[in-house]
Amino acid sequence: MITAERKPLKEIMDYIQPFNRILLVGCNECVTVCSAGGRKEVGLLSSALQSAFLSAGKSIEIKEHTLERQCDPEYVEEIVGMMDGVDAVVSMACGCGVQEMARRYKNKPVFPAVNTKFMGASERQGVWAERCQGCGNCLLGITGGICPIARCSKQLMNGPCGGSTNGKCEISKEVDCAWQLIWDRLKMLGQEDRYLDIIPAKDWRTAGGGGPRKIVREDLAG
Amino acid sequence: MEKFEPVIVAFCCHYCAYTAADMAGSQRLDYPPNVKIIRVPCSGKVDAIHILKAFERGADGVYVAGCLEGDCHFKNGNLKAEKQVQYLRKSLDEIGIGGDRLEMVFMSAGMGEFFARKAKEMTEKIRELGPSPVHTQLEQQARQKAS
Amino acid sequence: MKTNSVLEKVLANGNLAVTSECGPPRGAVPEKVKEKGQLLAGFVDAVNVTDNQTAMVRMSSLGASILLRQMGLNPLLQMVTRDRNRLAMQSEILSAYAHGIDTMLCLSGDHPHFGDHPMAASVHDIDSIQLIQMVKTMRDEGRFQGGAEIENPPKMFIGAAANPFADPFELRVMRLAKKVAAGVDFIQTQCIYNIPKFEKWMEGVRNRGLHEKCYILAGVTPMKSAGMARYMKNKVPGMDVPDDVVARMAAKPKEEQAQEGVDICIETIQRLSQVEGVAGFHIMAIEWEKIVPEIVERAGLLPRPQVA
Repeated sequence: MITAERKPLKEIMDYIQPFNRILLVGCNECVTVCSAGGRKEVGLLSSALQSAFLSAGKSIEIKEHTLERQCDPEYVEEIVGMMDGVDAVVSMACGCGVQEMARRYKNKPVFPAVNTKFMGASERQGVWAERCQGCGNCLLGITGGICPIARCSKQLMNGPCGGSTNGKCEISKEVDCAWQLIWDRLKMLGQEDRYLDIIPAKDWRTAGGGGPRKIVREDLAG
Repeated sequence: MEKFEPVIVAFCCHYCAYTAADMAGSQRLDYPPNVKIIRVPCSGKVDAIHILKAFERGADGVYVAGCLEGDCHFKNGNLKAEKQVQYLRKSLDEIGIGGDRLEMVFMSAGMGEFFARKAKEMTEKIRELGPSPVHTQLEQQARQKAS
Repeated sequence: MKTNSVLEKVLANGNLAVTSECGPPRGAVPEKVKEKGQLLAGFVDAVNVTDNQTAMVRMSSLGASILLRQMGLNPLLQMVTRDRNRLAMQSEILSAYAHGIDTMLCLSGDHPHFGDHPMAASVHDIDSIQLIQMVKTMRDEGRFQGGAEIENPPKMFIGAAANPFADPFELRVMRLAKKVAAGVDFIQTQCIYNIPKFEKWMEGVRNRGLHEKCYILAGVTPMKSAGMARYMKNKVPGMDVPDDVVARMAAKPKEEQAQEGVDICIETIQRLSQVEGVAGFHIMAIEWEKIVPEIVERAGLLPRPQVA
């Protein structure tokens, strides 16, 4: 999933300070799963903003709504009827959702309420960790199912570097050495020889080095 | 200025704190009428939104009262509640209400005396802190409307 | 001979090579580079010039290398993949070669986390092994990585680092094998204090015949104090300083600790000279260049061979 974390309240308040009627829009997808911007968080942020503005002597009207998916025009269209009565939109979706709102509702200022972080997986309740950087040319088939691009601090494709200690990365004991994980997994699979293959220099065009990326499926595209 | 009477909301677990409150009542123990008790099936069932809404509507203090450690009827609802309270205290600081207006307390069903004492302590503490900024503004608005 | 590198010639002749290092200054002060160069002249075959070591901004390795070259020394250009993409690296290699620099070391570089710009973006367009491949392609095929032909290709004697002490230990020899397969000519190791572990690593190196495919220079660093020994033991990732080495330093009064550190360093060199496959020494006297002549002399590594 795409993970996100709510921005500091102060930053959100600074954005909407000039406005009186706010539409706060959540998203039912990734940001719901990572507890950053789903229906529940919309309610919490709304209440927090109400109290904070009220404490400062300002009354503000906040409408709450959570869309099935904020990155799809069909769903974003659903709230067209709510737009007349609002001065600004605050989106709790990832950056994709915020931009989709801004694209559809051009005459309304749209502000992000979360910082979009990374593509990750849930390690345990309340903990999410980065797993993929969307490089567009997946190496997992030759690295034991562990991504050195997303999980090695130096993105070494032929690691580990000299800083690997007891399975941990040199930058922090909290960070696993991706190459230790890769090596352990290759051994488990009996694929130690794989390690000796030099992974050649990467073509970063697929990772965004070739400019903004797009997928066109001819059979589906209208 | 008239004397400040804090509004305090106590979310009380049905299995312990709520029963303790009952016991305090039947023992004729005095505790301040400022404390409004809301019975919940488990302190772990108290959601962040319930607490934030209480403050948004003008509560000056809130506490969540759950069972003693190890005694939760639902295993660990009380510990979940405590984590939530700790987290929300930071949010309340951010909002400007102040995290020290929110507390977590633990008690058993038989601790009627403790319940009454805790209610007094909380009321005194909040009285000292003064009204929450939200409460102040809400009253001001109400006065403006009335005049 | 693949290159005109003096280091290559010394090694090819079968002499124990000696390299040392010069950390460029944190300012536009060429005098400091020259000062360090003068201390080392005549005592070493090549001088490593570090590249923003520990992720701190310094005069560039290329800039300082040129200054040393102008003094008649043989700079060994260090290059980390952290700060530049492959275009910048290849252009810098051309510049270096144009200034008569023919020896380099391919590294990934310390993570910015450790430096004074932790907010900086790391580049890591390629890693150190891919850098070795790229420099070799430039030299042997006369082509840039993109495929285009190079006019007067840079003939670099290609080095890399190896850390025999990092984890997982079983990968340490294999990773060297990858560097050899990528085309490395020589290796400089992490500072060696744990001699038995280094010997075990060398055994693995010999089992794979890697010592015959690249020259291995054993890294040594004289310690100035017991405090430094403890710091290296506890704080520097991938560094292995055994307790008895720390204890030996600490057993001396403060004013004699530096001398003890030098003695340990010299003993290490003498012992490692006996290890099959060790082709020379890389003496990293961090901000203590003036001690290098004494170490080289007392270790019996003088005079340095004159090669044409």
